[in-house]
Amino acid sequence: MIDVEGLSCQELVELVTDYLEGALDERDRQAFEHHLAGCDGCTEYVEQLRVTIELAGAIRLDDLSETAEERLLQAFRDWHRTS
Amino acid sequence: MQLSEEQLVAALRAGDEDAFRTVVREWHPSLLRVAQIFVPTRALAEDVVGETWLRVLGALDRFEGRSSLRTWVFRILVNTAKTRAQREGRTIPFSALQDAARVPEAAVEPERFLPGDDLAHPGGWIAPPRALPEERLVASETRDVIARAIFALPANQRAVISLRDVEGWSSEEVRNALDISEVNQRVLLHRARSRVRRALEDYLVPETA
Repeated sequence: MIDVEGLSCQELVELVTDYLEGALDERDRQAFEHHLAGCDGCTEYVEQLRVTIELAGAIRLDDLSETAEERLLQAFRDWHRTS
Repeated sequence: MQLSEEQLVAALRAGDEDAFRTVVREWHPSLLRVAQIFVPTRALAEDVVGETWLRVLGALDRFEGRSSLRTWVFRILVNTAKTRAQREGRTIPFSALQDAARVPEAAVEPERFLPGDDLAHPGGWIAPPRALPEERLVASETRDVIARAIFALPANQRAVISLRDVEGWSSEEVRNALDISEVNQRVLLHRARSRVRRALEDYLVPETA
């Protein structure tokens, strides 16, 4: 339970994901936004987290190797032939 | 061309190699990340993914479409990976997925806040985050920092952030595919994002902390 006036910066940083996921109840969401409105440090923190999420969406994960792909395709052909 | 779910299932059943190649390529990185929650090496994880596809093909005729094909494939992957982990004599770090909230982990080092007995601003910033230099955000080096930070995460956090933020899955699909609760999904995502943010800050504004 968060006191509207008593939400500290240290508490806020633990609630950012809940906030962004829309998982805070109305009271906590208001406390969160009320705190942000008066706190540059936390506003910047939330901004950095948004940037982090955005940049994560721009990276590429490891691709499948050609040999592994060829093996799977061969398995697929065999499966189709016998099924 | 993007096939609908039904078209995709039909194409796979009909032996359409292009359709198979497309899903195998597209889902491979995520499958690998999830497999790595359960087995210790990349080679074993590759193995689990291969075995998963064989099982998927073996069961495809019985797929009833009660979940999405993707969710169904990931469920098979998780089962395959668990079985493999057991066979390798490894205790499954399943509690790591189920009880993520049990062990606390601070999003930001406690030293960056005033202590609780500071009367004016208990828990307030001592070293607040500073604005990130915008011109460097688009640099490929910055993306590399993010990629390395994700790679360095514990496997369960890495899997969740990869599916959610890298691949863009919904929280519901991640929950279903990994068979974890909403709360655990969120805790893992929160920790992953917090750690990656820290790496980004360390790289771009190292003088902050």
